[in-house]
Amino acid sequence: MEAALFFGAAIGALGGAIGVVAMRNPFYSVLALIVHLFSLAVLFLLLTAAFVAAAQVVVYAGAVVVLYVFVVAYVGSGGESAWEPIPGQRLLAPLLGAALFIELSIAALSSSLLALSTHGPHVNPGFGNPAAIGRLLLERFLVPFEASSILLLLAAVGAVVLAGRKKGETA
Amino acid sequence: MNIDWYIVLSALLFATGAVGILIRRSPMVILLCLELMLNAGNLALVAFSRMVGNQQGQVFALVVMVIAACEVVVGLGLIVALFRRKLPLDVDELRELRG
Repeated sequence: MEAALFFGAAIGALGGAIGVVAMRNPFYSVLALIVHLFSLAVLFLLLTAAFVAAAQVVVYAGAVVVLYVFVVAYVGSGGESAWEPIPGQRLLAPLLGAALFIELSIAALSSSLLALSTHGPHVNPGFGNPAAIGRLLLERFLVPFEASSILLLLAAVGAVVLAGRKKGETA
Repeated sequence: MNIDWYIVLSALLFATGAVGILIRRSPMVILLCLELMLNAGNLALVAFSRMVGNQQGQVFALVVMVIAACEVVVGLGLIVALFRRKLPLDVDELRELRG
């Protein structure tokens, strides 16, 4: 059962990622990203990270994807030119990507982390639920939590400044 | 499932995102591919946190999510500003800062 869920979600995540890269129309790329994000949420649930999975669905599939859809609808989905500044870029890039994957896999799997080929230790039923994560966020990681809230505020102000209309400028 | 499956999947997703950044030109799709890479990192963080049996990796993944949201907001703001100034939405044509 767990293996079936894992492979289903893994195929969804990988298919969504390939869809994001391969789709010509940015709108379809955003739709593929939704598939990818939901599959990742399933994987997080399998790893007993309930709160991270919920945040993934709410923050990404809820807020970020809606933002993308609005901007794609505003800017329009123009096609990309076939001009290549570096000859053979489209052929070389997948080869480099495959090399990166092999290198990362070797680096992870040949490390001396013996626990890698286990399920991980037994954990209590409350592992990764909102209460536990909230306690960690508000006690041990209070400063990073507040810093990230300031960062979010700065990003929101920055986006308004960047995209806002100047006085006298007509659209 | 063993943890190494998750790690290999996360490496595969990261490589897919990197390929996307290398071959696509539209800044919007490049932002989407950055999301893919950040999510692959998140998957590795959560998998390692399960491996150790410690929830701190999950907190780290949440912070990465916040950073990703900030990056999306600023990036999309830049794209809208480019569009307003009638500049081409193509990362290879926006090369004035190139040395």
